[in-house]
Amino acid sequence: MSQSPGESAITSPLDVPRPRRIRFDNRYVAPLFITCILLVGHLSYGILESYEKTALAIGAALVTELILGRIFFGKWLHLASAYITGISVGILVRSPAYWPYALCSVISIMSKYVLRVKGRHIWNPSNFGIAVLLFLAPETLAILSIQWGNNLLPIVVIWTLGSIIIWRARRFHISATYVVSFFLFAFLRTWITGDPWQAEVAPITGPMYQLFVFFMITDPKTTVRSRKGQCVVAFCVAVVEFFLRLDQVVYAPIFALFFVGPAAMLIEIWLDSRREKSAATRTA
Amino acid sequence: MTPSRSVRIVLLLLFVALLAIPLVLKRLEAQRAAGNSKLEASQALTRHGFHLQEVAQASGINFVHQAPRLDQQLDHIMPQVASMGAGASVVDFDRDGWQDIYFTNSGEGSKNCLYRNIGDGTFKEVAGELGIADVNQEGTGVSMGAVWGDYDNDGFEDLFLYKWGRPELFHNEGGRHFTRVAEQAGLPAWVNANTAIWFDYDGDGLLDLFIGGYYSETLDLWHLQTTKIMPESFEYAKNGGRKYLFHNLGAGNFEEVSAKLGIDSRRWALAAAAADLRGTGRQDLFIANDYGVSELYFNDGKQFHDVGEQTGVGFAPKSGMTAAFGDVLNQGRYAIYVSNISEDGVLIQGNNLWVPQEGTSGDGLRYENLARALGVEMGGWSWGMQFGDLNNDGTLDVYLTNGYVSADRNKSYWYDFSKVAGGNSTIIGDAKNWPAMEGRSLSGYQQKRVWLNDGAGKFNDVAQAVGATDTYDGRSVALADLWNRGVLDVIVTSQRGPVLIYKNTVGPDNNWIDFELEGTASNRSALGAEVKLFWNGRQQVQTVSGGSGFCAQNQRRLHFGLGKNAQIEKAVIRWPSGKTQTLQDPLMSQINKIKEPA
Repeated sequence: MSQSPGESAITSPLDVPRPRRIRFDNRYVAPLFITCILLVGHLSYGILESYEKTALAIGAALVTELILGRIFFGKWLHLASAYITGISVGILVRSPAYWPYALCSVISIMSKYVLRVKGRHIWNPSNFGIAVLLFLAPETLAILSIQWGNNLLPIVVIWTLGSIIIWRARRFHISATYVVSFFLFAFLRTWITGDPWQAEVAPITGPMYQLFVFFMITDPKTTVRSRKGQCVVAFCVAVVEFFLRLDQVVYAPIFALFFVGPAAMLIEIWLDSRREKSAATRTA
Repeated sequence: MTPSRSVRIVLLLLFVALLAIPLVLKRLEAQRAAGNSKLEASQALTRHGFHLQEVAQASGINFVHQAPRLDQQLDHIMPQVASMGAGASVVDFDRDGWQDIYFTNSGEGSKNCLYRNIGDGTFKEVAGELGIADVNQEGTGVSMGAVWGDYDNDGFEDLFLYKWGRPELFHNEGGRHFTRVAEQAGLPAWVNANTAIWFDYDGDGLLDLFIGGYYSETLDLWHLQTTKIMPESFEYAKNGGRKYLFHNLGAGNFEEVSAKLGIDSRRWALAAAAADLRGTGRQDLFIANDYGVSELYFNDGKQFHDVGEQTGVGFAPKSGMTAAFGDVLNQGRYAIYVSNISEDGVLIQGNNLWVPQEGTSGDGLRYENLARALGVEMGGWSWGMQFGDLNNDGTLDVYLTNGYVSADRNKSYWYDFSKVAGGNSTIIGDAKNWPAMEGRSLSGYQQKRVWLNDGAGKFNDVAQAVGATDTYDGRSVALADLWNRGVLDVIVTSQRGPVLIYKNTVGPDNNWIDFELEGTASNRSALGAEVKLFWNGRQQVQTVSGGSGFCAQNQRRLHFGLGKNAQIEKAVIRWPSGKTQTLQDPLMSQINKIKEPA
C-alpha cells in the first residue's frame, strides 16, 4: 500500500512507474476525501462562502504549484497535494474579500519552496498560510469555526471515513494521539476554568478540527519520520494548544501546529545531521 | 534541476512581498480612515455637508432602556441573551404635522415612552396618559419593538407592539387615547418576536401585519422548563420562532395566513422589510435572520414564493440583524442592506449590500453583494441601520449602529463565544453549556458608522467627523425630520443605555423635497406607496415603509435630498392600489402633501 501524499508533497507523475493494470492511485484518496467533505458540507448546509472564492483558492494553489514545480524541478508536478492545500484554504478561510483566498493559497504553496532547511520544508503549507494571514490580516479574514449543520450524522460519517482513510495511509496513530490528548486537556481545562466540559470539547465537533486532524497534523512531508516521534509531536501540539486556549487564543490549534510542527522538523533535521556527521566520522 | 541562486533570491523577495500585502492594505485603509477624525461642526459642514449634534436631554428626551431579567437559569449568560428590546418608531400620532417618537423598554415593569413633539424643539412624554406605557407588566413579557399603521383607515396611526410575550395592538382614538384591541384582532397569546411590519400584501386597501419570531413561541423566557433554548447552530438554525402573517379582514379583525400563503419558516428572524422589488405593484417581503440565511419572498398578491437562494440573498448564512431598502445608486431600483457580525480575527461576516444585478428584473431578479466594493461592509457587531440622505446631496447615505455587550473593557467573551458557537447542536443549543460571561464584554464600545455616499459608487465613513461619536450598545436607528427643517435627524436607541437624538445641521446650498402621502383607495397610511423622483437628469425611488431596520420605523414622510441648483422634472407616485400619479411641479424645499386621487 502506498502512502497518500498529504498536502505538502512535491511529486511528479513522471516519477511513478506506470501501473500494469488499472488500479486506484492512492494519491487521489486524500483529494477525493476532502472534496467529498466539501461537497457534502456545502450541498447539505451551504458551508462555502461562495463557489468563486473556493475556486479561486484552488486555482491559485494549482497555478503556483505548476509554476514553482517547473522552476524548481523542470517538470509539471502532480497536483494532488496543491489541490488539498487549495481546497483546505477554500474551506477554512472566511472572508468577504477575494484576495485572502488567492494570497493564502499562493503563500501556502510558496512556503514549500522558499522555507526549506536541508532540502525539506518545515511547515504544513495551508497551516502556514492561514496562520500567517490570521496574524497579518485579522481584520479581513477569520477561519471556519462553525459546525456542519445541526445534527450528529455528518460528523460521525466524516470522522469514520477520515479515520479509515488515515488508517490506510498509516497515519491514524497521529490523529488518534492528538484527539485523545485534546480530550484529556479539555477536561483539564474544565477543571481549571470551571467552564462546562461541553464547552471545552465543543470545538472538536466542528469542521475546522476535522480538516486539522486529518490533513494538517498528518501531512507526511511536515511530520517527523519515526512513528513514536509523530505521536510525541501530536501530543506536543495538543500541549501548546492547551496553553493557548488557557490564554483564550481563538485559533489555538492552528497556531500550536504553526509553532510545534517546524520545531519538531528542525530537531529531526538537526539529529539527522548529527547522525550523518558521526557516521562520517566513524567511516573516516 | 534546481533553480539558480538568483532565481531563488527573486522568489524569496516575491514571497516577502506577498507577505507584506496585508500590511500595505492595512496602511492604505488607515490613511483612508484618517479622514474620519473628529472635526469641529463648521469643518464637518464644509467637508461633508452636514453635522450631527446629540440633543436628547436638551430636547426633553431622557429615556434609558432597561434590559429584562429572564429565568435565573440564564443568569450566567444574561447579557447576551437579554440583549434586545430597545426599539424606536416614529409616528405623527396626533396628526399635528410634527413627528413623535415611541420607545420600547424591556425591564419587567418598565414603561414604554411616547414623546410628543411640541414643535418648539422639545418633546413631552405622554405614553402614560394615552395608555401605551405600562405594557411590560410581569407575566405579559416585555417589549421588543413597535410599528405604526392605520389598520382601520380612520386617519390615525395605530400601534402594534411586539414583545417577548403577549403582543399588543392599540387602536388610536383620534390622537387622544389608545384602546387595547389585541384579543378582538385575534393576535396570538404569546410570541417571542423581534420584528414586525405593516404592509398591504394583497392590495385590498387594508394593512396586513407580519410578525417574525425569534425564540420559539412555546418558551416563556421567565419560567423555563429547559435550558435547551439556544439556536441549534450558529449558521443553520431552524429552531427559532414561527412567522405570522395576519390578513386584515376589516372591522379590526385579522386572520393568520402565513402557512397558507407560503411563509413557513422557523429561522431566527430579527428584521423584516417590504418593498415592491419587481414592479408588480405588490410588496415583496425580506427577512433578515440571525444564525442563518436571509429569506426573500416574492409576493404575487395571493401567495409568497421563497426565492432567497434563487436571487442570491439566501446563499451564505450569516447573522442578519437589520433589513432596509434604498436606491443607493440612483437607478430607480432598491438595494437591500443586511447587517451582520464582524470582529477582527474571530468572525468576519461582513454586512451585505444586495444590489440588483444589471440585466435582471422581474421574476429573474438576481442580487450581488456589493458591500465591500461600495465600502459599507465592516461595521463591527452591527445592529440597526437606515438609508437616508443625511446631507441632502441627492444620494442615500447609511447610518449604522453597533456594539453587543459593553461591560469590562479589558475582558472579552469572544473566545468562549466562538468556542461554543462552533460546537454541535447538542452543545450550542443548551444554555447551560455556555461558559459564564462574568462581566466580560462582547464586541463592546464600538464606533458607529455614518457612511456618506459620494455619488460615484463609494461610501466613506464620516461618523467621527460629523459627530456620531457615541459607543453605546446601539440597537435601533430611525430617521425623521424632527423639527420640520428639511433634513433627516437620527434617533438611536441603546441596549441598557440612553436614547440619542442626533440633530442634523445641513449646509444651506443643497435643496430638498418631501412627500407626505395619504391613501384613499389604498391604505390610508400609504404604506407601500412609491415615489420616483426625477431631477437634474437623475432619479431616485423611495417607498413608504411600515417598518425597517432593526426594531425601528422611520417617519412615513419621504425625504429626498437634491443637491445644488436642483431642477425637478417630475415625481411619479405609484399607489398600492395600482394607480399611478405624475406630479409635474412638486414644490421644492417643502413638504408636498399628496392625497391619492379618486
